[in-house]
Amino acid sequence: MTAELVRGQNHPLSQARLEIRISAGTPIVAVAALGDDNGRIHGVEWVAHPGAPTQPGLEVPRQAAADHRLAVDLDAVPEAVHRVSVLLALPVGGTGPARFGAVAAPFVAVTGLDGGEVASYTITGLEAESAVVALELYRRQGAWKVRAVGQGYAGGLAELLTDQGLPQAHQLAGNINDAVAQGLARSVQAPLPRTADGDRSRQAAAPALGPDQGGTAPQPGPVPPMSPYGGQAPGGPGQPGPQQPSYPGAAPDPNAVTQPSASTAGAPIDYSHPRRQNAAPPPPPPTAPPAAPGQPAQPVAGDATGWSMEERLYNQVWGMFEDLARTTAAYRSAVDFAESRMDKELEQVLSDPRSRIGGQGDAAREAARTRHAELVAQAREALDRDLTQLAAEADVVEPALPPAYARWDNPVWHAYRVPMEIPMALRLGDLHLPEADRIRIPMLVRLPLERGLWIDSGAAGVSDGSFTDSHAMSRLAMETAVAHAARLLAVYPAGEFTVHVIDPAGSGAQSLAPLVQAGVLAAPPAGGAAGVADVLGRLTQRVDLVQMAVRGGAADSLPPGFDTSQQLLIVNDFPHGFDDRAVNQLRYLADEGPAFGVHLMMVADREESSGYGPLLDPLWRSLLRLTPVADDHLADPWVGHAWTYEPALLPPGSQVLQQVLSQVAAARTKFM
Amino acid sequence: MTKGQAISLQKNDGGSLTAVRMGLGWQAAPRRGLFGSRTREIDLDASAVLFADKQPVDVVFFRHLVSDDGSVRHTGDNLVGGVGQGGDDEAILVDLARVPVHIDQIVFTVNSFTGQTFQEVQNAFCRLVDETNGQELARYTLAGGGQYTAQIMAKVHRSGQGWTMTALGNPANGRTFQDLMPAILPVL
Repeated sequence: MTAELVRGQNHPLSQARLEIRISAGTPIVAVAALGDDNGRIHGVEWVAHPGAPTQPGLEVPRQAAADHRLAVDLDAVPEAVHRVSVLLALPVGGTGPARFGAVAAPFVAVTGLDGGEVASYTITGLEAESAVVALELYRRQGAWKVRAVGQGYAGGLAELLTDQGLPQAHQLAGNINDAVAQGLARSVQAPLPRTADGDRSRQAAAPALGPDQGGTAPQPGPVPPMSPYGGQAPGGPGQPGPQQPSYPGAAPDPNAVTQPSASTAGAPIDYSHPRRQNAAPPPPPPTAPPAAPGQPAQPVAGDATGWSMEERLYNQVWGMFEDLARTTAAYRSAVDFAESRMDKELEQVLSDPRSRIGGQGDAAREAARTRHAELVAQAREALDRDLTQLAAEADVVEPALPPAYARWDNPVWHAYRVPMEIPMALRLGDLHLPEADRIRIPMLVRLPLERGLWIDSGAAGVSDGSFTDSHAMSRLAMETAVAHAARLLAVYPAGEFTVHVIDPAGSGAQSLAPLVQAGVLAAPPAGGAAGVADVLGRLTQRVDLVQMAVRGGAADSLPPGFDTSQQLLIVNDFPHGFDDRAVNQLRYLADEGPAFGVHLMMVADREESSGYGPLLDPLWRSLLRLTPVADDHLADPWVGHAWTYEPALLPPGSQVLQQVLSQVAAARTKFM
Repeated sequence: MTKGQAISLQKNDGGSLTAVRMGLGWQAAPRRGLFGSRTREIDLDASAVLFADKQPVDVVFFRHLVSDDGSVRHTGDNLVGGVGQGGDDEAILVDLARVPVHIDQIVFTVNSFTGQTFQEVQNAFCRLVDETNGQELARYTLAGGGQYTAQIMAKVHRSGQGWTMTALGNPANGRTFQDLMPAILPVL
């Protein structure tokens, strides 16, 4: 039976040989320190850290990792020791976040050697701290106990160790950081093969189709709608050969996904069974502290299934999406029912001749209205109860999101570093319903993209009518496109995402300036008919080449130096500057491109290409329509509510985009 | 539980039930001799129909596994049955606390989709379980039941603050719940 500890709580330990499992969702350093009966650390030889991973009774990993296992043998620690503290710290000077407030709450579990969990603790409420005392194992009257501590230090390990009375605290903290930095440099960040596990997600990670996209209305029925989000077949056509370096003899290994840095080349200690690699369970998700009786449990970020924090958060967001959709459906159906019942009753009153005499009719009408109001009030109460819970969940989930899932105003973007891995999904904006205006569900789409995007610059589809000025609208659309493109560039590892721009008349130059100035585009925006033809020609050829190679089973015979990155083509002002040949090439790219890593982002008003008639309908249908302003055109896959979509735009005056893009540009230069 | 008996879903300790499961289990048709794979599989289906004021509002069955509001969930269609030793082969979970306020009755039904009558099915049963502790509230034996292909098992309806379950066990005929609607309406 696991005890889920809250801060300050203790729990007896019956075993002396223990394992401490830590999972944090981001690489962290784990240190174990011995203390005397006053909690003082006598010297550096009482600290097991990545530079000196074994001390009597202690063993810690040599490097920073998202998941750790520490071994503790309480019988083997010196007599003078009365306390063993487990310390966590964020690596200094790396690419990761610098404060625990920016990462998911770390989870610590004490287990026996048989794997049975004795106690666990989720360290919540950390903010600017970069080091934290997670747990303490302490000797009390001859018996050992564990206590959840959760004491954080903004000054990092140095401050923490000083506080524990270690004379050489600063020196030791420096040594630890050096050892971690070396460990990071040593570990090989292999581009991970996205196996089936990479695509593992909530089964209903299915479709949000706009009503105007001809999708099957997701009603009860046997037809599973096609999805912009849904998982794609592993190793299927979505993954062109060159994207997936093959490791000879390597079977698809889910562990590759779960242990990004721990089990790669540099790690000297491998705790897993050598021949049973697939069986190692992922670290347990953070669990909610026990709820007070009669109260719903406090929500916790990452409280969902998954092999990594990222996947858990993804699933949690989808869970919130579904719950909000269904809760609202319950409310709407109750209100509809109340109204239809009232209408029926009022009609009955009208048709009953007796009601014309005296006050009977009025009384009956009044009764019908009261019944209606009562039911609606009950429904509202149930809705409010659920919304309160979801809002509380959103409040903890939103700050815990990694950059790819986070809004631009999330502080995590200020700590942005160019990632080493493609994230599971990307946030394109927020979704909300009129009943629950305060709850914004992140709209996450799976990466790599499975369909192109269409940023609709037409004012027609927009409900509020405040953007009747088509120039303002197209500028806004282009800015939205730039924000999305920048986000895509930022979440892909250096050199794995390339953006091309077609801007025939140069009308998007102002909006494109951040991309152009940062130097993250493959080439300056192509203008004029010749530029259009050139860019389309090259991309068409590329798709054709990769397609041939993949179909011929000769993916490795592509010319050396072939750029295997994903390509995004932003097309502004379509169809200006497009001749018939160019339109055909564009249609080819829309059809064949996504499977071979070439995606479209059309910034266009559909009306302007109406001259082509129905010819282009399949093109528009194949794209995920997004709007530059809030618009309720997206449907959820469960009950088909119309959700209001709001694009992920930069806060006015924010410099985040420039900062992020300059890092992307710097990483690209290094990569080249 | 016997036919027509009603039990309140208030727990003994005063708390009310928050989640119930309707489980359905039956034994797969035995394999016979040569071309054994050509046995006639038995496919029973469990469904739940949600009523508001005697109007059907939503239904949970193998083509619509979750009610729109998310409170009633079907664990998935089983086409062949199980070992016939008492385990559920299909189940419908009801989260009573989240059932929309206007839904006042939920009727559970069982149909033989492949057309065998309950006389031909072996070890078939249907039961209601308190999901919070796994305790069985009611159990029916279907097998050897007679020349009919469907049964209206039970209904769960609001009474006061809580819910009450009434065992029905009315025989009927039909392939899916739609065919049963005429038989369901009188029991509401």
